[in-house]
Parts: sequence; structure tokens; C-alpha cells
Amino acid sequence: MNKDILICGVGGQGTVLSSRIIAAAAMEQGYPVKSAETIGMAQRGGPVTSHVRIGENAFSPLIPKGKADLIIGFEPAEVVRNLDYLATGGLAVVNTAAIRPTTASLSGDGYDGSEMRAYLQEHVNCILADGNKECEQLGSVKFLNILLLGIAQGSGKLEIPGEVMIKEIEKRVPEKFREVNILAFNRGCEIGEQSKA
Amino acid sequence: MKEYVMGNGAIALGARQAGVSVVCGYPGTPSSEIIETIAKYPHEGMHLEWSVNEKAALEVAAATSYAGARAMVTMKQVGLNVASDPLMSLAYVGVEGGFVVVSADDPGPISSQTEQDTRRFAEFARIPVFDPATPQEAYEMIQDAFAYSEKYKTPVIFRPTTRVCHGYASISAPDTFAPVRGKGFEKDAGRFVIFPRLSYKNHGLIEERNVKIGEEFSSYRFNTAEGGPAKKAVLASGVSYMYAKEALLDHSGVKLIRIATAYPLPESFLLRELAGVEEVMCLEELSPYLEEQLLKLAGKHHLSLKVWGKLTGHVPAMGENSTEIVQKILASYLGWDSQAQENAKIPPLPARPPVLCAGCPHRASFYAVKKAMAGKKTYYCGDIGCYTLGNAMPLDMVDTCLCMGAGVTMAQGFSHIDSEGKAFAFIGDSTFFASGITGVVNAVFNEADLTICVLDNSTTAMTGHQPHPGTGRNMMGHQTQKVSIEKVLEGIGIQKIITTDPLDLAASMDAVRECADLPGVKAIIFKSPCIAIEKSKKKCHITDDCINCKLCIKETGCPALTIAEGKVTIDASLCTGCGLCSQVCPKAAIGGESHE
Ligand code: SF4
Ligand code: SF4
Repeated sequence: MNKDILICGVGGQGTVLSSRIIAAAAMEQGYPVKSAETIGMAQRGGPVTSHVRIGENAFSPLIPKGKADLIIGFEPAEVVRNLDYLATGGLAVVNTAAIRPTTASLSGDGYDGSEMRAYLQEHVNCILADGNKECEQLGSVKFLNILLLGIAQGSGKLEIPGEVMIKEIEKRVPEKFREVNILAFNRGCEIGEQSKA
Repeated sequence: MKEYVMGNGAIALGARQAGVSVVCGYPGTPSSEIIETIAKYPHEGMHLEWSVNEKAALEVAAATSYAGARAMVTMKQVGLNVASDPLMSLAYVGVEGGFVVVSADDPGPISSQTEQDTRRFAEFARIPVFDPATPQEAYEMIQDAFAYSEKYKTPVIFRPTTRVCHGYASISAPDTFAPVRGKGFEKDAGRFVIFPRLSYKNHGLIEERNVKIGEEFSSYRFNTAEGGPAKKAVLASGVSYMYAKEALLDHSGVKLIRIATAYPLPESFLLRELAGVEEVMCLEELSPYLEEQLLKLAGKHHLSLKVWGKLTGHVPAMGENSTEIVQKILASYLGWDSQAQENAKIPPLPARPPVLCAGCPHRASFYAVKKAMAGKKTYYCGDIGCYTLGNAMPLDMVDTCLCMGAGVTMAQGFSHIDSEGKAFAFIGDSTFFASGITGVVNAVFNEADLTICVLDNSTTAMTGHQPHPGTGRNMMGHQTQKVSIEKVLEGIGIQKIITTDPLDLAASMDAVRECADLPGVKAIIFKSPCIAIEKSKKKCHITDDCINCKLCIKETGCPALTIAEGKVTIDASLCTGCGLCSQVCPKAAIGGESHE
């Protein structure tokens, strides 16, 4: 298997954990894996990406543009920002809840994500879900990363067995949140599967 | 053990494998995780330290190497500027135990002040440099670096770049390790005391030795050539080699030469591989180092060679390379069809400049100074750390930022050229210890008129919360005596020192006014922990008294304050209940509540 997965969002949203889990699960399956993260200044509220590259054909740590099979987006504008990476026929899993940059609040600029959602719906093969709302029902937006992993899983694009993913999630989340994270993952799987049908 | 680790982790595990027993450094992106990884894994028998700065780190480690220990120093590329004084001399004196300086370069730059190229530093200091392309290579190459250092008794530079440092890969490393501490220091003034005569003698020896090392590098396993023979070649180094490999996957008829030891140049290897080659495209980041070396080589050996790269405008002079950039360059060099994928025109994207976190005490400190000095002529000299982000609107509180520690000395400069304006220096606690103190001494000695604002959040936040002399804990995990910033300032002779809680706006503004009105060097210590190390359980919320004037947002710019459906709201998942906005609100419409 050769697969390139780009995870994007805003600093502080927990994108790194998602990429770790995918990488670990793919390695568990015996594939060579490379990944790269944004670290540094941008972690303070700037755009962040993780590149996960699975398979023999990946040399560089960064996915070349037009080669990502899957984008997992924590924020709609961040998905649009990274669309160049998506391969023809690739899928984007998108959390529709927008994060307004502080600058937008200051200038009164009305970014609320609606334009991004409309664009994605029209031009991109994507699954749109209000992940924040789904997570609030589980008690906290902190589970967003796991929910989105679930959607990717349900979409069938991840091609890693669900049990393997669950095992890696269990290893990486604090004990007391284990159960609710699995709930989030399963809920994500449902959303992913529904959109497939 | 097999581990999925960051490139910096691979460097750490490789160094441990090589028997490193002393590791010193100063945090700096992208190098910080090297020491942290060693600390996380078993490391009995080693000495680990976050030093106060890179110069101190290099000197501490150098002495241990004189005594025969294998030692490593870690820093980012601009840190090497700080450490360059001891490094230049050490290059002449030489070492005993293997001695490797890891200096991580940052093409982009992504988190740095400069796009300097450490390979040039190696050439300048006349010492070998290793340039890994992947985390796996880094794991192996760092072990070679120790071996070469010990064999030739010279410090060696190891130069990864951000994509190597922060890339992840799986590494198989043995669990066992044996730190080499050496047989102890043998006094030898003729060797370890640098004098002009010694430097003269060693200079000659170093030049002779470097020819030998270049020869040895000519058969070094990471200097490679693939895909020959061909008339056209690509010369690449570091991660650009990986981009080229990927771009060349489905193509043939071109030779890919990769140089992992930029200095001393493996001349005979290059001459061998360039036989029959007519053109070379040089793919590298930061500076056209190999390109220039190749031009020199061609001149020296009368090669008829066309050399393309940054100097000829074929490769971008600045910024990072990528597979796409390399693909485009190679497409026109090798005459491929380049088909760029066209996306439908995307809607305008929101800009997301990095900002201080919600509840960050630095925001409150800056705000207090800004309010207290409103309408007055001021100079706000910033420094390196999270608080450089105090430059963002609406705070707009950083007029200058140059390098570590420059805030204090530059504020002094302004005070000499303008006696009317009020000069302020903002400096974080870690930066204060790294290179702020000498500036304070200079200011007192030279009769400056300025207010030093120490933003003391009890950590080194920007680079990932490393301990420093004021935190009372060191990298060995030991409790240590806290070095008191207040007592240091007192000891230097500063007459007015006020310690204040920046989250108390009124008190902080009083402190600022009081200091600004006094002549001479004054200091305010704004003391409040970084929100990431002391998690707050408090939240604030907006009450019905809100008139939606948006003053709270306009004044503080706290990212937890947003507008939802036209109304100001507080994002409870971000708010730390710091209370800054509630002290700004004209209607007292922001209340606190305790959660959990
Ligand atoms: S109290 Fe106000 S300023 Fe402080 S974190 Fe919360 S919203 Fe931001
Ligand atoms: S400053 Fe006070 S009254 Fe004005 S918008 Fe903010 S909370 Fe409402």
C-alpha cells in the first residue's frame, strides 16, 4: 500500500495526536511510515499540518502537491488552504466548525466558514460534518481528533483495520478518557459509513 | 527496540549509541527535542544540561572532551553564532573525546531570524560537517560524526534541517549503551592553552588533515551516485536529495549525485562521478554552497561543466525546497512535460498569524505598559520568545526585535540618542539568563535611562517548556537553587525593582508609571506562570450587561473572545479566566466563574 494522508487544522486543535495514531496503526500493519509535523511559532494559533506517508514510494517527509489520498481537516478554511495537496479522486474529511482568527474579529471581517463549506461541497469529493457539535454531545471538543479519525475510518479510505486503530487510540489517550474516545471514534465511523452509501 | 521517533529523537538515540556521555545545549526550534529525548530514555552515566546559552554549552562540553569524554552540544543555527567564539578556537586546539556540535538549520525560515547555512560555518572553522537527509540517516550519521571527530581529534558539525529534525521515522536502536567518559584530563599546556604560536602550527596541520578527510569522505557511504552514466547530473544535499529522488522516480537518463559531507569536499569522488557529465543542476537549501564548491572544482581541474542552481536563478535563492519545486526545476532542466493540476479558484482564505495564547500573561504585561504610556513617546524593544508575538495587533508593542538579549541593549541605545522618549526592554526569564544580564550591567555602567520589563512566566515557553536557572529544576531532574532574577538585578545595582502580577492591571500600570518617571535603569518583573504549565480552572463569561461595544476584543485581542451571531462571546474551551478583558470592559459585563 502507498498512501499519503494530510492532516490540517489550527495550532492547538490536536492534529498531532491523529497523525501519530495513523502512523502507529500503519506500522503495526507492517508498512514503512514517514511523517512530518508543524512545530514552532505556528503552533500558537497559526495553520498547522501533519503529513503522514505510508509505503515504499515515499522518500521525502512532505507529501507532494496533488498526491494526498486523504485530507483530514479540522477546520474548513484550512482544508481549502491545503487543497493543492489533494490527489484527483482523493477524499477530504472536513470538520465544518470554523475558527475565526483573532484578526478577523478585530477587523470585523466576517469569516464564518460558510464560503469554505460551499466551495468544498461544490468542487471537492468530501465528507462534511459538524465535528464540534458531535463532540459537544460527548462532553468536549477535545475528542474532535478521534472523531475525525473515525470518519476517515468509516469512509473506507484509510484501509487500516478498525481494531488496529482502536488499539492505537487506547494506547495514546489518558485512561479516564479512553471510553469516550472510543465512543467518538465509533460515532465517526458511523458518519463516515453513512456518507459512503 | 524499534521506535517511531522524530528526527531529533533519532539523533539522540544515535548519539547515545555512539557512547555520548555529556550533552549540553540551549533550546531552539528545530533542535530542542534532541536533549529532551535523551532525558526521556535511560541515560545512566551521562551528564545532561540545558545550559544558560550555547556558548556556555559548548565550553562545558569541550572541557569534558579534553578529558576524553564523548560530548555533544545541541542548538539551532543562530545559536551557533553565540557559540562561535569558543568553536573557532576549539577548531584550532582540537579535542580528545569525540565532540559533535549539532546545529539545526531552518530553511524557510519557519521559526528563525535568519536563513544562514551551517555548512558555511564548518568551512569557516575548517572542521568537517555531516548533512543527513532523513531521520534514519541521522541516526547512523551522528555515530559516524563521533568516530571522525575522535579519529582526527577535531570538533565536528552535524547539520540537520527542520524537515529532518521534525520528520518521523522508525528507528531500530539497541537498548544497551555505554557512555564513554574517557581516562581523565592529562595536563598539556602546549596542547590546551591557545597561543598565537600554537594556532600558527595547528593551522598548517588542519589544512593538511582536511585534505586527508576529503579523501576519506570520497568513499563515505552516504556520498552516493545513482542512475549514471549520463550527460546531465543533479547534485543534491540534505532533504533536497529526497525531493529529487521522489521527482526522479519514473525517469531515467540522469545521474543523481548526493553529497552528505559538504566540507571537506570529497573531491576525488566528485571528479570520478563527474567524468562524462556535461551539466549539473545543484539542488540545495539556504545557500549555494555545493554549487560554489563545484564551480571551484571545475576551475581547479579545468572541467568543462555547466553548473546551474541558485547562482543562475534556476533554484530559488530563499525558502524551502519541496518535491513540487524540484519537479518543476527538473522538468525544465530535463525537458519533461510539466502538467500542473488546476484547481477551481479558491475563495479568499482567512490569515492566521500566530498570536499569544488566550490568557497568556504576556498579553496583560504588554497591555499594562501600553495603557500606562499612552500618548507618550516610547521605544519598545522586544526580544526572542513567545512574547515577540506582542507585535501583533491590537497590542502592537514590539518596535524592534533583533536577536537573543538585544532588547535591553537596544533600549539603552535609544535612551542615548533621545532623552525625551521612554525606552522599554521586554525580555523573558529564559532569555534574561541566556544573554540579558550582561546588557543590564552595560546599561547601569553606561548610565542608560530605561525600564527593563522581565516577563517571568517560569519557563522557556516558545521552544516547549524547558527548565532554566530560575525554575529550580534542571535537566538531570534535580531540584536546584532558584536563581532569583530580582536578586540578580539588585546585585547589579538597580535601585528600583518592582515585582507585579500582570493580571492585576491597575497595580501593573502604577508600576510602569512609577518606573518610567524615575531616571536611570529600572526594572519591573511581571510574574505570572505560562498558562500551559499551570492549567487554570477558571473561566470568564459575558453577562447581560454587555452593550456589544467590542472594546474587550479591540483592546486585548485575546483569541478566546470572538463574535458569534453578531455578539461578543467567550470561547470557554480557550478562556483561562485571566480576567484581563473584565478589567477593560466599561460595563463590568464580564464575570468570572469557577469550573470543575
Ligand atoms: S478572561 Fe478574557 S482575556 Fe482572559 S483568557 Fe478569558 S477571554 Fe481571554
Ligand atoms: S467590552 Fe464589555 S460591554 Fe463591550 S463588548 Fe466587551 S463585554 Fe461587552
